[in-house]
Amino acid sequence: MKSKQSSHLRSIMAHMVLIILSFMCLFFFYILFINATRSHADLQKGFSALPGGYLFENLRNVANDGTFPMFKGILNSLFVSGCSAAIATYFSALTAYGLYAYDFKLKKAAFTFIMAILVMPTQVTAMGFLRLVTNMGMYDSLVPLIIPSIASPAVFYFMYSYLQSSLPMSLVEAARIDGSGEFGTFNRIVLPIMKPAIAVQAIFTFVGSWNNYFVPALIIQSKEKMTVPILIATLRGADYMNFDMGKIYTMILVAIVPIILVYLLLSKYIIAGVTLGGVKE
Amino acid sequence: MKTKHKKIDYAKWGYFFILPFFVSFFIFSFIPLIDTIRYSFFEYYRSGIKEVGPNFIGIENYISLLGSDMLKYAANTLILWIIGFIPQIVIALVLAEWFVDARLKIHGTQFFKVVIYLPNLIMASAFAMLFFTMFSTNGPVNEILMSIGLIKEPFDFLGSVFGTRSLVGFMNFLMWFGNSTIMLMAAIMGISPDVFEASELDGCNSIQRFFYITLPQIRPILAYTLITAIIGGLQMFDVPQILTNGQGTPDRTSMTLIMFLNSHLKSRNYGMAGALSVYLFIVSGILCFFVYRMTNNDDPDGSKAAAKKAKKQRRR
Repeated sequence: MKSKQSSHLRSIMAHMVLIILSFMCLFFFYILFINATRSHADLQKGFSALPGGYLFENLRNVANDGTFPMFKGILNSLFVSGCSAAIATYFSALTAYGLYAYDFKLKKAAFTFIMAILVMPTQVTAMGFLRLVTNMGMYDSLVPLIIPSIASPAVFYFMYSYLQSSLPMSLVEAARIDGSGEFGTFNRIVLPIMKPAIAVQAIFTFVGSWNNYFVPALIIQSKEKMTVPILIATLRGADYMNFDMGKIYTMILVAIVPIILVYLLLSKYIIAGVTLGGVKE
Repeated sequence: MKTKHKKIDYAKWGYFFILPFFVSFFIFSFIPLIDTIRYSFFEYYRSGIKEVGPNFIGIENYISLLGSDMLKYAANTLILWIIGFIPQIVIALVLAEWFVDARLKIHGTQFFKVVIYLPNLIMASAFAMLFFTMFSTNGPVNEILMSIGLIKEPFDFLGSVFGTRSLVGFMNFLMWFGNSTIMLMAAIMGISPDVFEASELDGCNSIQRFFYITLPQIRPILAYTLITAIIGGLQMFDVPQILTNGQGTPDRTSMTLIMFLNSHLKSRNYGMAGALSVYLFIVSGILCFFVYRMTNNDDPDGSKAAAKKAKKQRRR
């Protein structure tokens, strides 16, 4: 009886802590949303918990601002993140299949190598990367933000684990007997089986690329090629005190809204995917 | 004989499949790495419009880095990381334990999971910009605190060492505690329910259960979380960079190692940037080795070894 009561108390406490933490997570986004719907003059008057009616006015101001081409930035970011997600998942699946299905001499060495660089920070090679990109004539271009994602060790590891659990080799052998070529087998039979893994990793690669700031900030120079994080950084570097604060909040809002929308639609898969990439069970 | 021949034929296809990965890695990671290491031994920078170097100067860059503020920035990075990480791992452990505990009957588990994971996906630079505007002296947070009478005058969060460091730590905490919670939850759910049932029969209370069963059982994943978090902490950049506009204000107390690297890269001081990168490479290489050991260990939690031992004892 007593233990029942104490677990009831613990349950109430747990719920309270969870509500406080959730409040902390949502509070800042709530303020962001409220302030993005109010005009500069309203914001100067003080904080209000209720939204105003200025959202569309603010959005129009953001769209017409030539110094911070936010919507062009969103298009650039969408392009870079979309291409990176497609390339990273396809080539990682290819690599994973190559190492899973074939017994070649360097198989073990190749696998060991990829696992060794699994969590290597990209920043340590940033200097050489910057020089390489400059020498290749790709400085201030979106291409060097996309192509290197062909080699994504973490995505590879996820794909490899997935193949281990869901691709019987007998299926591949059956395809061979039916006269399917090796690449044909991969594209027509293996890829469809890997769809769930590809979807999860595409989301994570997309989000990672969308939020990436360090490397793009080194490579992109001109305004019309900037991705969203660089625009946010230039906004921070500018003399923000003279700005329309409603517009600033709206800029931050449009920078994060695409990801929030994706997340709300796919949260179930994303949360299930978090643990799959980690340590194997 | 014929089938054996055929198998060798197929095996070669593996090289074609893994070729793009390795070509891309070679061009965009390996060559840059070698280049970075090479220039770390050169005097090579730009002052104004004039380019100095490259002149070979041996390990002078490494020595002058040790004499510079690098160690201070390393300490900053560590402090900022600890401020965020300690609450993150504690809260994550507690939440994970609660979510798994059926007796607590947590309502809306899925809702809470979705909410606490949300900050992890938000663009760190936009999040930092949001905090910057909200915690400025005339921002909404100060207005709220004043209107409920907690403070009389606006508090300059970003003007004080304590305020800035706490904000960076707090943001890192918010962005990562949901992720850790979900990881640790999966780990706890992997523990055999028999162990929990047995402990309950033996009259183990929830605190004892947490310290004597849950914690030891999830130790491998906890270690993995810790080391990947250290690697993530080493790379800390976006949040302090945007929050302080790359200055690490006040008085460079929130300047991290990667911000230091970034400023060398921006000013095209390739020699120094190279040497700093090599230092970072060595540290992260050591950490990567630990992760490699963990992910490739056939027996990560010692369960197989324990089973073998038990078998031996039973035989006896």
